[in-house]
Amino acid sequence: MSVGAPTVRTMADAVVARGLVKRYGDVTAVAGVDLEVPEGTVLALLGPNGAGKTTTVRMLTTLLVPDGGTATVAGVDVVADPREVRRRIGLSGQYAAVDENLTGFENLDMVGRLYHLGRKKSRERARELLEQFALTDAADRVAKTYSGGMRRRLDLAGALVADPPVLFLDEPTTGLDPRSRNDMWELLSAMVGRGTTLLLTTQYLEEAERLADDIIVIDHGRVIARGTADELKTQVGGQRIEVVLASDRELREAERVLRDLVGRDVVVQQRARRVTASVSGGTADLVEALSRLAAAGIVPLDAGLRRPTMDDVFLTLTGRPAEEVAGADADDDRDATRTQEAHA
Amino acid sequence: MSSIGMVLADSSVIAKRNIIKIKRIPDLLVGTLISPIMFILLFAYVFGGSIAVPGVDYKEFLVPGIFAQTVIFGATITGSGLADDMQKGIIDRFRSLPMAQSAVLVGRTASDVITNVLVVIIMVSTGLVVGWRIRTSFLDAAVGFVLLLLFAYAVSWIMALLGLIVRTPEAFNNLTFITIFPITFVADTFAPTQNFPAVLRTIAEWNPVSSLVRAAREQFGNLPPGYPAGSWPLQHAVPYTLLWIAVILLVFVPLATRQYKRAAAR
Repeated sequence: MSVGAPTVRTMADAVVARGLVKRYGDVTAVAGVDLEVPEGTVLALLGPNGAGKTTTVRMLTTLLVPDGGTATVAGVDVVADPREVRRRIGLSGQYAAVDENLTGFENLDMVGRLYHLGRKKSRERARELLEQFALTDAADRVAKTYSGGMRRRLDLAGALVADPPVLFLDEPTTGLDPRSRNDMWELLSAMVGRGTTLLLTTQYLEEAERLADDIIVIDHGRVIARGTADELKTQVGGQRIEVVLASDRELREAERVLRDLVGRDVVVQQRARRVTASVSGGTADLVEALSRLAAAGIVPLDAGLRRPTMDDVFLTLTGRPAEEVAGADADDDRDATRTQEAHA
Repeated sequence: MSSIGMVLADSSVIAKRNIIKIKRIPDLLVGTLISPIMFILLFAYVFGGSIAVPGVDYKEFLVPGIFAQTVIFGATITGSGLADDMQKGIIDRFRSLPMAQSAVLVGRTASDVITNVLVVIIMVSTGLVVGWRIRTSFLDAAVGFVLLLLFAYAVSWIMALLGLIVRTPEAFNNLTFITIFPITFVADTFAPTQNFPAVLRTIAEWNPVSSLVRAAREQFGNLPPGYPAGSWPLQHAVPYTLLWIAVILLVFVPLATRQYKRAAAR
């Protein structure tokens, strides 16, 4: 995996971006992003709030005009012919953009009319999607009464009304409870199985792994890594042993013990008194680590084994945890606030 | 689809959505109506005794003024609706659709006209109850109502611009409250302007709300005989009001459209 030039593809690319740049005043939200999504595949943009994910998606979906670089979606230039692009894409934002005062059916019917499907087709399509997204029972209720998961599904259904060949989803599961998140993943997997090209943004490594063929890691508006989910995983390593200690002395001691066990790949978080070590042996490594700690006279406050997260990706790639950049990306921030409000 | 056809079709979809909203949250309409009904009652029965307009029952003088103020407030729904849509990300959804983008504003302002028709019907009924009467022909009266609705339509475009600038419905509502009250009060609306201090009187006599109210009174036959003709705008109330409508539309349709594109592209 490398940050350099992307590999040559033989398949046609549904989305291509070259050197995309977006600035807000002095702040560069997106600083030259290159990406391509081959037809029928899924690309995940992985990064923390403020990394520039949303801004990138907004440029690709014609909501924002880039300050530099070019992009084509389904072969159409996003700056030269935005309406033609809009005909070929579906977009679902970070917060569910559904009209709360309309019913689920009315929401989808409206979107269909605005895609110019015609009255009859719009209604049929609305019913079909409500069925597909398990919203038939709620079809005639105003969206205000929907749960967070239902709103997200309705919003996603809105993006699919015109059966677009290319779909953009900005953090499709942020703010959802684990069960709704799983439902959403199943829906998305099924959709991708039918050949839709998908570009999604996420803060969850697990989500990127589960859904995406390729992952791009983005930080401060730049691509810092790209590759398949497997390549990224190889680089980031497997599971993590995480140990929390009672004192700074024990913290130093535990760090030494774990370094002896796994080699270099150990991260210490001073304030939390936490040591994290990347391991390949699963529970056997955990048992070994605990017995070595015990032999050194250390009883951790907490110890466990977990899957790698986006933070681990950032620690491995940049040597520091993923930061939320306050004010660095007006859009991401604005949207994050909105999401919080929506769930408050 | 031709582009004008597309604008009209998409606008009607947007307008329908806004009308459904008013149906679902009747508070919106009730909110627009409560204060004018209260004003009619307060002015007619509380202040009315102290405001003497020679030659006419004060209530008859008052009601066209309340009509004007009410439809102007009715026009603010455009602004708060757009601010709300910006805040909730609905505008982003519209922007990602291959629709005529101008339809968002055209449909929005058009739905305010429909709301205002409802408002006028209810206000007319209230007016009739307190003793207001139309003393002219049907046609004259119709011209009066059309003028009120057209003026409010033009004001909708000012409100669209403001709503897109402030971006939250709360801020927008505060803003309109503190601007619309003075504009509608420093006018011929509730009391004859000849008793105003000189500066206010000049402002009032050139205020388009005054000419709108004057035009409405003329068209409904509520202007008392021998009422002071006043300034040039008031002597030519109908053309002066039409001129304002044209100027507001010419200035604010492009400004609001530009702001929509900008606001959505942030």
